Amino acid sequence: MTRVRNPQLNKNGELIHLLSLERLPSEIVTHILDTATNFVSVNDREVKKVPLLRGKSVFNLFFENSTRTRTTFDIAAKRLSADVFTLDIGRSSTSKGETLLDTVDNLSAMAADLFVVRHSQSGAPYLIAQHVAPHVHVVNAGDGWHSHPTQGLLDMYTIRHYKKDFSNLVVAIVGDVLHSRVARSDIHALKVLGCPEVRVVGPRTLAPAGFESMGTRVFDNLQEGIKGADVVIMLRLQNERMSGALLPLREEYFKTFGLTPEKLRWAKPDAIVMHPGPINRGVEIDSAVADGPQAVILSQVSFGIAVRMAVMAIVAGNSA
Amino acid sequence: MRFLGKRFSSFLLEIMKLRIDNGRVLDPATGLDSVGSIALAAGRIIGIGRMPEGFEPARVIDAAGCLVLPGLVDLAARLREPGHEHERMLESEMAAAVAGGVTSLVCPPDTDPVLDEPGLVEMLKFRAEKLHQARLFPLGALTHGLKGEVLTEMVELTESGCVGFGQAEVPLASTQVLQRALQYAATFGYTAWLRPQEMSLGKGVAASGAIATRLGLPGVPVAAETIALQTIFDLVRSSGARVHLCRLSSGAGVELLRRAKAEGLSVTADVSINSLMLTDEEIGYFDSRARLAPPLRQASDRAALSKALADGTIDALVSDHMPVDDAAKTLPFGEAEPGATGLELLLPVALHWAASENVPLRRALAVATSAAAGVLGHALGTLQASVGRLVEGGVGDLCIVEPDERFEVVGQALVSQGKYTPFEGHALPGRVRCTVVAGQVAFER
Repeated sequence: MTRVRNPQLNKNGELIHLLSLERLPSEIVTHILDTATNFVSVNDREVKKVPLLRGKSVFNLFFENSTRTRTTFDIAAKRLSADVFTLDIGRSSTSKGETLLDTVDNLSAMAADLFVVRHSQSGAPYLIAQHVAPHVHVVNAGDGWHSHPTQGLLDMYTIRHYKKDFSNLVVAIVGDVLHSRVARSDIHALKVLGCPEVRVVGPRTLAPAGFESMGTRVFDNLQEGIKGADVVIMLRLQNERMSGALLPLREEYFKTFGLTPEKLRWAKPDAIVMHPGPINRGVEIDSAVADGPQAVILSQVSFGIAVRMAVMAIVAGNSA
Repeated sequence: MRFLGKRFSSFLLEIMKLRIDNGRVLDPATGLDSVGSIALAAGRIIGIGRMPEGFEPARVIDAAGCLVLPGLVDLAARLREPGHEHERMLESEMAAAVAGGVTSLVCPPDTDPVLDEPGLVEMLKFRAEKLHQARLFPLGALTHGLKGEVLTEMVELTESGCVGFGQAEVPLASTQVLQRALQYAATFGYTAWLRPQEMSLGKGVAASGAIATRLGLPGVPVAAETIALQTIFDLVRSSGARVHLCRLSSGAGVELLRRAKAEGLSVTADVSINSLMLTDEEIGYFDSRARLAPPLRQASDRAALSKALADGTIDALVSDHMPVDDAAKTLPFGEAEPGATGLELLLPVALHWAASENVPLRRALAVATSAAAGVLGHALGTLQASVGRLVEGGVGDLCIVEPDERFEVVGQALVSQGKYTPFEGHALPGRVRCTVVAGQVAFER
């Protein structure tokens, strides 16, 4: 019995934080994607700025290392004319014994308006969102294995861009689903947008049958898993999975679950191939696929800025 | 009178004469259930129903509309002493015990330092007795420092007051050490108190299942419990040891226990108030109040635990009391310290369980009184005949409760320093009005 209201919505059902895509109303997701469409053109202009967050302070709180996501959030906030402060917390406060909420309190005292949070623990952004003052917004930039909602949204943006409509799609998510916040966010977003068939594909150590409880079909065979798929999302394989007895050798992984041009033929001829990056060439994906005509990996990156602009502009425009 | 120490002499014997009138006197052990009076003197019950001739109480308590029960026996309550003396934790948690009607409690050995030396146990018992609140029955560590290597001096520890031996939340890595510990304990007839948890599988933070999958929380599979249970049962079979299984969490675990009992193995078991009534749905949006060890599991597990407690497969209901402070709970779910406050909720949950699942009141109260005392058995020594019961000539430990008075659980309003419970906001029945320990009023609302 959940006694607490979904903390990312205010009592009018408006988005005040973005913490997860789970059961988010589809109108909100569509509104974010539509708003992002407008920002894509900003990125093509000579002066790449809009004044929506002028005078606002955005703090990037990265308790876990990241270059790519942090940079795109940084660019997105700057294009919205916000003042952006990036803190590499992993190496400062918490190593001196300061707790997560101490850090947040200190930064709130510096008049933060929006926190972009990445943390290695699932749920950490919820703790922050429930703790900050009502006017402060929190955007989850990845928490543990739980959620990476802006990645999920940019993936939806990409799919919508290439496939127009979700109602007939088969989407296969391949690889280390168990430890993947991207996979969970994609699954939730696809469900919200009405995608009829979401599959997860991988060895049983990384794609356990329990994912059926999230409304997906689970496959332990790549050929069956991507057969007839419109979208194939390849997940990054972390090196530490080999040491934890989850997999033997990366060569064997590539042989069984790595995507090559030959294997990609099992999917639909017009299937697109996505990857949250950074890619491991020759581990989960062959270079010929990553650089090939069906890959849309670089589009994902550029859409990512527009989507993050849309998310920050929308949450900052709603009040608790 | 031994409990109070010798310096309380004849003066006390006079003023400690107490009579409780008009209450519904209910003793789950015998089935006694009638409205009447109880007389107490010199720390003992001297009359139930009929009053001794010439008895003149110094005080009379009118218990009309209340249940008069044996004081509760809680087989799992952490007082966090030694370790938290500076916070006066022993004082607050013993006060929480009597506020919850608990008059006897068993504390696990995972204190700081660990209860692995007779001197520490004696000191703890001495400090607890000075408070004149609940009776404290410590468990000693099975191995030194709970490190799983060297056995403790179980005979010495028993002489200093330990009622059994366990590893608390630290499972033994070596099955050989477990085997030897059980063989050694069996030599002297001591009971090993073990929480069945396979070490490496037990490392997650939430029960494996749909919720852990969705929230991206590392799971604890049911196999962590069942594998440990199978190992323990095999070793009980070969060693003849007596084992008490602490806080079962799964339906599959219950099934193994059922079979072991049918086979005649010398095992008993308990379940926590949390696992009895709640499921992993309580985690909601990463609510650290539901961060518990063992983790809350699914509805089918909860139903199996409830049924097993009702039919006697599981012997006792425990509070699994664990005061955790703000700093340790206001952390991301996986980093938050497991545990919940519980001493003041044991009786309300037992009453709620009886009402909501059609369990006879007698059974719902036995699991926290006589049946729990039965787990302790001869380790109680001379108290064995009367702890957890209402017996003429037995200890004067009882509690008076208004059974229909409902209240909303508010952590901040509890006596315990532990303010975190997954029952926060739940409405529960049963307000303790008065708790009597050794014939003396130890708590009154």
